[in-house]
Amino acid sequence: MSTTEERTLPPVGELAIATIGLIVIGGVYMAAHLPKHFSLVIPIIDLAVAVALVVTNVVLLSRIRSFAWRTFFLVGKWALAAYMVISGMLVYVFARDHTPAGPMAVLAGMLATFAVDIPMLFGFSVARFAAPDPPT
Amino acid sequence: MVDVAEVAPGVPPGMSGGPPPIPEFQIVPLRGLILVAVVIVALIVAIAGNWLWALDFFHVVGGGMWTGIDLFVGFIIGPIIGRMSIAARIEFSTRFMPKMLLLMPTLVTMTLAAGWQLARHLGHLNAGYNRHGWLVASYLVVGVMAVIAIGLLEPANLAVLFELKKPRPDPDLIGRLMKRFIYTAGITGAMQVATLVIMTRLAT
Repeated sequence: MSTTEERTLPPVGELAIATIGLIVIGGVYMAAHLPKHFSLVIPIIDLAVAVALVVTNVVLLSRIRSFAWRTFFLVGKWALAAYMVISGMLVYVFARDHTPAGPMAVLAGMLATFAVDIPMLFGFSVARFAAPDPPT
Repeated sequence: MVDVAEVAPGVPPGMSGGPPPIPEFQIVPLRGLILVAVVIVALIVAIAGNWLWALDFFHVVGGGMWTGIDLFVGFIIGPIIGRMSIAARIEFSTRFMPKMLLLMPTLVTMTLAAGWQLARHLGHLNAGYNRHGWLVASYLVVGVMAVIAIGLLEPANLAVLFELKKPRPDPDLIGRLMKRFIYTAGITGAMQVATLVIMTRLAT
């Protein structure tokens, strides 16, 4: 049985994994320096590239004509709920530790990017093997 | 590391021809969500209350189970699944994978959140701490494991579960995704050995 995997699909999964890698690098860099004061230039550049990759992924996804969108959104919305809880938990921990406003903002940005990127990856990973939605 | 049997395309997935029976299962076990919620609430209470014992408990229990499960799945369960018939592998997957879907993210969240708070209370986060380098090494190991687990392992887990929900699952696809799941579990299992070294070094 032919699946959508055999079609040429954009590298959404690869870009999503690269985004996770960037978030992890930024997170490790910041965690290694906290709680002392440190320059935010590297984490901000890291976050900007990660956001750019997520936006690129959204554009690539929006250009797919025939796709199992229902499956994509079904998986995506539950993954989003789960990763909002996980990201919220981590923001809570950093806020409770009185992390300074600058690093806190960058960390929150990283966690928000993380919470959007993962559902997109999970949704795509499942939907690529599902039969495309019938044309409306 | 692990031995996974190839699934020949076109070969009927059952041992005696025809598709194997697929047990009814829930992709996300709803009853398990109650347990997850209890753990998360207890974790929040422990963090809010600055309860050192509870933080230690969550970090040690969560970390121990996370490490143990990764090693066990990667090096014990993985090779066994690799030698199972397709029908047996499908039956095992329908019972095993939904539990992993809830268990592993919960263990990771409780280990990392409690561990971070514990390190803060004990003063280990300060760059002046004489073993701060070991702590940073643990961040790196966890970071690499996170990329592998979230980027490769979990999507494979989900894709297998959704494939098994189809009226006619593709055994070739399930075989390939299970192989990816088991290999990545093996890699994270091997990396957990590094975590064990770092954590025992920190605790000594």
